[in-house]
Amino acid sequence: MSKKTNRFDMGDIDISWCPGCGDYQILTTLQETLVELDIQPKDLVMVSGIGQAAKIPQYLKCNYFNGLHGRSLPPAWAIKAANPNLVVIAESGDGCSYGEGGNHFIHTVRRNPDITNIVHNNMIYGLTKGQASPTSRIGMKTGVQVEGVILDPFNPLTIAIGLDASFVARTYAGDTKHMKEMMKQAIQHKGYALLDILQPCVSFNKLNTYQWFKERVYYLEESHDPTDRFEALRRASEVEKFPLGIFYVKDKPTFLEKHDLYQKSSEPLYIRERDLKKFAKKFL
Amino acid sequence: MSKHTISDKSDISIVLCGAAGQGIQTVEQFLTHILHEAGYYVAALKEYMSRVRGGTNSTEIRISSDKVKAYVDRIDIFIPFNKTAISRQRKRITKDTLIIGEPENILHELDAKEYNIVEISWTKIAEEIGHRIYSNTIAAGVITKLFNIDDKLGKKYLRDRFANKSDEIVKKNIEAFLKGNEIANEIAKSKGIEIKIKPKKKTEKEIMVNGADIVGMGAIAGGCNFICSYPMSPSTGVLNFLAKHSADFDILVEQAEDEIAAINAGLGAAYAGARAMVTTSGGGFALMSEGISLSGMIETPIVIHIAQRPGPATGLPTRTEQGDLELALYSGHGDFPRIILAPGKLKDAFYITQEAFNLAEKFQVPVIILTDQFFVDLYYNIPSLDLSNVSIDKHIIKTEEGYQRYKLTKNGISPRGIPGFGDGLVRADSDEHDEDGFITEDLDNTRVKMVEKRLKKLEEVKKSVIPPDLIGGKDYETLVIGWGSTCNAITEALTSLGDKSISFLHFKQVYPLHEKTKEYLEKAKNLIIVENNVTSQFGKLIKLYTGLEIENKILKFTGMPFSVEELTEKIKKAVEDKK
Repeated sequence: MSKKTNRFDMGDIDISWCPGCGDYQILTTLQETLVELDIQPKDLVMVSGIGQAAKIPQYLKCNYFNGLHGRSLPPAWAIKAANPNLVVIAESGDGCSYGEGGNHFIHTVRRNPDITNIVHNNMIYGLTKGQASPTSRIGMKTGVQVEGVILDPFNPLTIAIGLDASFVARTYAGDTKHMKEMMKQAIQHKGYALLDILQPCVSFNKLNTYQWFKERVYYLEESHDPTDRFEALRRASEVEKFPLGIFYVKDKPTFLEKHDLYQKSSEPLYIRERDLKKFAKKFL
Repeated sequence: MSKHTISDKSDISIVLCGAAGQGIQTVEQFLTHILHEAGYYVAALKEYMSRVRGGTNSTEIRISSDKVKAYVDRIDIFIPFNKTAISRQRKRITKDTLIIGEPENILHELDAKEYNIVEISWTKIAEEIGHRIYSNTIAAGVITKLFNIDDKLGKKYLRDRFANKSDEIVKKNIEAFLKGNEIANEIAKSKGIEIKIKPKKKTEKEIMVNGADIVGMGAIAGGCNFICSYPMSPSTGVLNFLAKHSADFDILVEQAEDEIAAINAGLGAAYAGARAMVTTSGGGFALMSEGISLSGMIETPIVIHIAQRPGPATGLPTRTEQGDLELALYSGHGDFPRIILAPGKLKDAFYITQEAFNLAEKFQVPVIILTDQFFVDLYYNIPSLDLSNVSIDKHIIKTEEGYQRYKLTKNGISPRGIPGFGDGLVRADSDEHDEDGFITEDLDNTRVKMVEKRLKKLEEVKKSVIPPDLIGGKDYETLVIGWGSTCNAITEALTSLGDKSISFLHFKQVYPLHEKTKEYLEKAKNLIIVENNVTSQFGKLIKLYTGLEIENKILKFTGMPFSVEELTEKIKKAVEDKK
């Protein structure tokens, strides 16, 4: 099996995802993508929050920062800022990324760090056992939303495009080929790249199943122009069906390209020495 | 003509009072600069309302030939800039106070026959020169001349300050300044003022700094190269300072969307090898709580500066208090070690902040620096800093394959690797983890060992606690205890009491406590604790760790710092009551 030869594979480990969970396809596809992009484990930092999706760094041979719920993005851009040589992927679920971490999502898009943000979007809270997530559809009944969800679902794509994010794409865990292509594009993109992955939760989400997604996903036509922001917004606004693909790309300077810290030197912060003589000259 | 009482003072307190935006700051900067240049000890202390325009704010400037750094109630020279200035400071104005200003700002409150009033219509004079804006320069000209300061200094200051403005502006300002000098000569003559404070001998190089800047300087000298924060009074000065000098010292400065982002970004940067800091006040720090706990769990260093202001909630945003010690002590869920420092003198703040970065790196713990509004706005001259013992200690190792981030060691401190430096993988996890950083639920073995590992570091921390300063003799009967920003006021109060049986123990590290704390306290017959909060938070901490209850408490929670006079009186009374 090709899996054994993947340098990111952890071998025989105990994985806490449910059998049949879309997370497995995401994990395997990510490992293959990283190999195909010739990324080395020691150059990769996976950053996650808390939740079932957020456990993914544990199952991948790499550096990781598995921080707090909702807080994957602030450490992710900061890690990249402290050492731009690292490949940084922030990966978490929809509750973590769009609920608890909503404010960071908005402002990280504005900041445009050169990181990839992969969100497992299963429209439910898994680890806390089945409450509504920000992306749950209206009417979904849960132990908390006993009469069904009454809040409008959060649309991460229109928000990101509205904020002029530099890369916005969606894929589906049921199509690993498409998912791999999207992961490749997202990781290679210079700047903040959002990849929202539709993913069925087989244990708690009885509404948005593989069958449900299968009937609703389709691919953006080749003629779709990802530089057309208003067209991107229009396509991302579809709610009955889910177009997959790259909605929007905007070539713009990254966070570190805008910060003058790395204009004179590309050295990571830990290598740079503080000159106390310069300090004395300046202040004393 | 009798001499004015001011003539005999060994230090003089000038208070400028008026609305925000009226020019108090301009006059303050002018005066502190010139008086310092002329060789006096100068201290400026601010109190202000939480508004951008209007209100009534004041700055106290103390001038002496000796070191004065604390707040006094007494006002020797009062300069009102608006109609409410006098009523706002009424309690502090006596018949000895020399009041200089526009009659319309004075006479509706005070009787000219009873008080020492010098009526000057600055605005009118300024308009004669060309514009009312010059009235501030006239005021500065009056004060400097009362101190008999050579006009060369003032002229030079104005030329430098308006260097990028037109020659006309420089010329008009100098004209206004000299007009102020002239007026001062008339006042001195008519009021019998002959200020005798002599400039001190300039034996050492000095710098003029405020609390925010000196914390920032300590951070730069501590190797800080990353600061992410959300603006919050009164902590923002540190962020401004580091931003101002970021290009010169390669510091990444980023304004976060909120305090939660700030601390999590700081920890991310530190994980990747930066020396990271956040600056905030109580409310912002409350939001950081979970991040503090994360620092404890993933053993990632971070320095947190908290400039305290009175709470609860929004409280008094621009006022001062020492009310967040317990928040700093107990913030963050779960058990993990931390270090809490609290500088008292500006000079201390430099060395303490510098060292905070080394301590955070060495022990891989959060280090909290507690200051407050009074402290960050406090401004005076200090001897130039000695850098001979200052070093930036890095504790980062190059990793090898098989590296374990949380390797169990004798003292609990695991060699710290960072991603991208060496062949190892660096795994940090907020879940309970094993030596590799993998999530574990091995309760009886790994969990217990990891809890013990983290707490062992506290034992290491205890070996390098900054000792408290004993100010006064070793054979004391009464020991006054204080921490943080009350240092200068307590010291000056004891000097004015002149009672050799009273000493002062000042703590600049408040947690963990120094091992000698109990010994110091037990030696005294009488203990008095002074704190700028309502429940004696440090007294409670002392009781918790030494078992000693300090019954005699001098507490203040009005939002203002202690004045030297009130401390002198209260300490005196506490000592007498005991006898």
